[in-house]
Amino acid sequence: MAHYLLIESRDPFESNDVGYYYDLAKGLVEGGNQVTLFLAQNGVLSARPSAQSAVLGALARSGVTVLADDFSLQERGIAKLAEGVAAASIDVVVDHLAAGYKTLWH
Amino acid sequence: MSKKTLTIALMDPPYESENLTTAFRILDVAARRGYNINVFAYEGASGLAFVRQSPHPNPVHGKDVAEENHPTTKDQVAALLAEAEKNGGKVDWVNCGMCVDERGVNEFVPGTRRGSPADFHTFIEASDNVLVIPTK
Repeated sequence: MAHYLLIESRDPFESNDVGYYYDLAKGLVEGGNQVTLFLAQNGVLSARPSAQSAVLGALARSGVTVLADDFSLQERGIAKLAEGVAAASIDVVVDHLAAGYKTLWH
Repeated sequence: MSKKTLTIALMDPPYESENLTTAFRILDVAARRGYNINVFAYEGASGLAFVRQSPHPNPVHGKDVAEENHPTTKDQVAALLAEAEKNGGKVDWVNCGMCVDERGVNEFVPGTRRGSPADFHTFIEASDNVLVIPTK
């Protein structure tokens, strides 16, 4: 089993690529890997309860750990998070890098 | 925990993308932990450590240079180097040589250096982990 950190920085309302990145997270978990999806910058816009947030709940239920950068959330005035999403500090990224997670940025 | 060595590749130019804000936040955490940090500044990011950057006033808002307090990436690079040193880590910041020549930004913040993608390869081999932050 491999460990992955997927960082999503893009706005799902602007880029359809984001959906493919979510699919990658789901596929990696289904393949028996441990996956953390870290939302940052405009990537956190899907963490606000919205038409885009249901997929994050589904990812969480499938076994993906879904985190949202607290700084990015604060900048965008997002206080209430969608189901399955937890706020986290940027330290989490360094924790994962130090622990050897395969880390991708989108 | 043993001292880690992390490598981060940057590509975005100064003053354009939020990617750099996030990148510097990640680098700051690593520096505060005393990790060794390698940065390969590629393409537009080769201008981040350009030493001739200067802050500007904001005449539209009636602010002078001090009041505007405009941040420059060269100061952020220098602060990163200082923070790492304070905590027992070191930063090897490499500015892509061909990139800086193309852009005319080949005067660097002290403590950073000129290099090539070969340095990035060396970084990868010597690091505990690598993060590549591409342009959008």
